[in-house]
Amino acid sequence: MRSALIVARREFASYFATPVAVVFIVIFLALQGALTFNLGNFFDRNQADLAPFFNFLPWVLLLLVPALTMRLWAEERRQGTIELLLTLPITQWQAVLGKLLAAWAFCALALLLTFPFVITVNYLGHPDNAVIACGYLGGLLVAGCFLSLGAAISASTKNQVIAFVLAVAACFLVTVASTPLVTDFLARSTPLLATIARRVAIAERYQAMTRGVIGARDLIYFASFIFFFAFVNTVVVDHRRAD
Amino acid sequence: MSALIEILGLSKRFGRFTAVDNISFNVARGEVLGFLGPNGAGKSTTMRMLAGFVTPTSGRAKICGHDVTTDGVRARRRLGYLPEGAPTYPDMTVRDFLTFTGRIRGYSGGELTDRVAHAIRLTTLQGVRLQPIETLSKGFKRRVGLAQALLHDPDVLVLDEPTDGLDPNQKHEVRTLINQMAQHKAIIISTHILEEVDAVCTRAIVITGGRLVADATPAALAEMHPSHRLDDVFRKLTQKQAA
Repeated sequence: MRSALIVARREFASYFATPVAVVFIVIFLALQGALTFNLGNFFDRNQADLAPFFNFLPWVLLLLVPALTMRLWAEERRQGTIELLLTLPITQWQAVLGKLLAAWAFCALALLLTFPFVITVNYLGHPDNAVIACGYLGGLLVAGCFLSLGAAISASTKNQVIAFVLAVAACFLVTVASTPLVTDFLARSTPLLATIARRVAIAERYQAMTRGVIGARDLIYFASFIFFFAFVNTVVVDHRRAD
Repeated sequence: MSALIEILGLSKRFGRFTAVDNISFNVARGEVLGFLGPNGAGKSTTMRMLAGFVTPTSGRAKICGHDVTTDGVRARRRLGYLPEGAPTYPDMTVRDFLTFTGRIRGYSGGELTDRVAHAIRLTTLQGVRLQPIETLSKGFKRRVGLAQALLHDPDVLVLDEPTDGLDPNQKHEVRTLINQMAQHKAIIISTHILEEVDAVCTRAIVITGGRLVADATPAALAEMHPSHRLDDVFRKLTQKQAA
């Protein structure tokens, strides 16, 4: 774990060595703000909660998280530093975990900086802050899922644009898999697939959390999703190290 | 004296192409092995297998008795490795980069500071230690890679073209450095520069087309051609194979 944290620390610092960190956080906050206040009718709803904020959050993450993950491995491969990293006395799993933790910590920081929303809604009314905390936890877990999925994709290519586009597509799929549009379509041909799609989808589980419902099954789902793709990531790195 | 580097029947195939074909040799403490061969002969692939970056198709490699594939982390702890092209993280400063690799190697606190300072001194990087690596010239970058490989004073050094891109003075410094360390370590250096073999190596190996074609002291190697010049020996050995 110590090695993973050292890798994470280096990775986290590298976001701030370039304008990546600032651009990401500014765009994230601007998008969340615009969507919540304008499209989400935050004020007209006359309700003291952050429902509009949390409704848009997965879609903003869907767009921005792949921008974080695309460089995780693809850039190491392009610069050749992957050879340096993997010939240091650490296991591949530690390297994968370290990178994932760094990106996740960065997402947590971005989410933390949305605190003015919480202050606003508390100033205007009396929201249930436990529900809000629950929504933030959900947002963090969704970010974790997108990150592990995107990182695994990044490990399989040298090209950052490909890594970005594929990651957006993959994250989109796991997000919308449970919508009626998808499940109805699948149910018509193969009902089994529709059931599977409903089970693997992120959206419903996240929405339950934004309403303040935390189920053990949902937590297990998020944890397994993240670990599964971290594992896939390790296997891909192991197989394609020197390519 | 037992060998610190043991390579037995090592082969690597990429699809139908055989990059390294059944190579065996040992390197003991006190030896500096020059690894010679034309471009694409399999020098870097062999060194990468030794460093655990490329998995061998067959055969075994051990560093200080630890198998590089089954006991990789322990083997890599005893190894200082300079990959081809000396990749480093461009956005980090020299000191931060060396601190990162030092931490990964288990140093902390005062010892870490001392190790980093020592590695910087050895490779005469004092003047640029606070500069981002991307702003440095090729020769400095190479020395940063070298500093990283020497930081933990490893028993085994594997240096892939350590003097490539250095000016004559810097080349001389690196060779002096290698000569100073030679007694206490087992060292492999790959090079195109045949005068380097005379200057630093106690033994030389020539590979071409993935096969080992000569393994002798530089003096014995020179005997293999009437002119007694390593250039001619090299050409004779490697062109015969290519034809």
